[in-house]
Amino acid sequence: MNARPGGLHDSATTAAFDAPRWRRDFPIMKQRVHGKPLVYLDNAATSQKPQAVIDAVSDYYQHYNSNVHRGVHQLSELATAAYEGAREKLRQFINAASKQEIIFVRGTTEAINLVAQSYGRSHLQSGDEIILSEMEHHSNIVPWQLLREQTGVTLKVIPINDAGELQPGAYETLFSARTRLVSLAHVSNALGSVNPVKEMISLAHQHNVPLLLDGAQAVPHMPVDVRDLDCDFYAFSSHKMFGPTGIGVLYAKEQILIDMPPYQGGGEMIRTVRFNGSTWNELPHKFEAGTPDIAAAIGLGAAVDYLETIGMPSIRDYERGLLEYGTQQLQSLAGVKIVGTARHKAGVLSFVMDGVHPHDIGTIVDQQGVAIRTGHHCAMPVMEHFHIPATARASLAFYNTREDINALVQALDKVREVFR
Amino acid sequence: MDLKDLYQDVVVDHNRSPRNFRKITDATSVQEGFNPLCGDKLTVYLKLDGDRISDVSFEGSGCAISVASASLMTETLKGKSVAQAEQLFEMMHTLLTVEDPKRDMESMGKLAVLSGVREYPSRVKCATLCWHTLNNALKNPDSRPVSTE
Repeated sequence: MNARPGGLHDSATTAAFDAPRWRRDFPIMKQRVHGKPLVYLDNAATSQKPQAVIDAVSDYYQHYNSNVHRGVHQLSELATAAYEGAREKLRQFINAASKQEIIFVRGTTEAINLVAQSYGRSHLQSGDEIILSEMEHHSNIVPWQLLREQTGVTLKVIPINDAGELQPGAYETLFSARTRLVSLAHVSNALGSVNPVKEMISLAHQHNVPLLLDGAQAVPHMPVDVRDLDCDFYAFSSHKMFGPTGIGVLYAKEQILIDMPPYQGGGEMIRTVRFNGSTWNELPHKFEAGTPDIAAAIGLGAAVDYLETIGMPSIRDYERGLLEYGTQQLQSLAGVKIVGTARHKAGVLSFVMDGVHPHDIGTIVDQQGVAIRTGHHCAMPVMEHFHIPATARASLAFYNTREDINALVQALDKVREVFR
Repeated sequence: MDLKDLYQDVVVDHNRSPRNFRKITDATSVQEGFNPLCGDKLTVYLKLDGDRISDVSFEGSGCAISVASASLMTETLKGKSVAQAEQLFEMMHTLLTVEDPKRDMESMGKLAVLSGVREYPSRVKCATLCWHTLNNALKNPDSRPVSTE
């Protein structure tokens, strides 16, 4: 386990993960909601921000706000250094080979749209096939449907089973001579299922097909090494990994990015502009048209530093134990059914309750200070598979504790009381 | 805010046993309402006899607030004129969105039990879905659903 600088409760036994200590780094956690202490279990929607991230953003605006890659003045140099420094931190964090492979985008959604529009439109033709899965978030379905309208590609879907896992064996059968891309969730946002991505990447490569991973729900919860995975594209969002909103990363192998045309045109992404034609800037700037969200990128860099202080393997191990505890607690409640029971899961507890609609659950537990998400979680095909309109979803982060789970269970008792 | 103000006994009861939860085979107007945010889906059946609502019913699935609201709506509207129904639609809208201490709750009858929803902005749409669907049905007599499921 990693060292814990500033840890108040460090002891010789490093086995115990001190979630309450980390939780104190998050000022929002001191709040009360409806007069009750905040129990935040909506991390899959967005995570809270530690003081270090808030300070990094505010420090930029207070002391060196300036545009990047533009000026020769002092502030611009400082801003550029911090912005590019954040890129390097992200490179290290996911172990990309080079900084050129880290493209700053608005988030996972924009990253996937970028690949669909730039890579998709330049590399795919009518009749070519893209493999997706039934558990995808809408942001990994709709960009491909837009591409289908533009180019006539075909979408093939890996079905899921009733545990919420990709149906074993189904993936292989979807490959054909026309398969050009696989685009897949690393971890499902609605079910928590962790897909066997390494094997799936290796199989795609046997067919000479590149693979994109939607890592929005993976990066905040486990170590991710893009070179070990050997994925071709990896997309993730800052705001789900304790960083600011409005920024995210598209990782792609350098040669693929070189072969891709720009996604948007504007300043920053060009080398020369003449009315009879322009030339493009080098990577990664070719894909970063316009002034980026500089403060958010710097804040994301601070989030990466913070996560590395704790250690991603520790976070993964701790959340695994917490998920196990939460699963047992929810399963012990009469009339509660967990949706998504894959063998390999990350910290998502989607559930339904007999005779109570998820929205009523959400409102009632909120009155007890417990924040969860209710709805279709931008995964309508998943809801359709289970023949339900919505679920209630508690999703975990490393600052959650067993007490949070207990508070949820107590709040669910209150739901029963109202609907008795 | 007490949860009991939102989930009053009448609301819980109408959710558990919704009134007029059925098809009307000879409806003069059928409209579907859908809230894509939460997946609530309902169909309102309206049978007009001249200017009078001779029968009104609904089907669908949704949260307790949306089911109870639809149930209470159908119970209230039966026998009312189109003008009265339109007036109630306006009053419901005001009840759910505008703070008004002078409001005459008496004239709203049972519908007034939904006033607690106003304190829960994210839930107002649940209570108004059936009314908007009904309003469409009133505005489009002889309308049939575009798609049948």
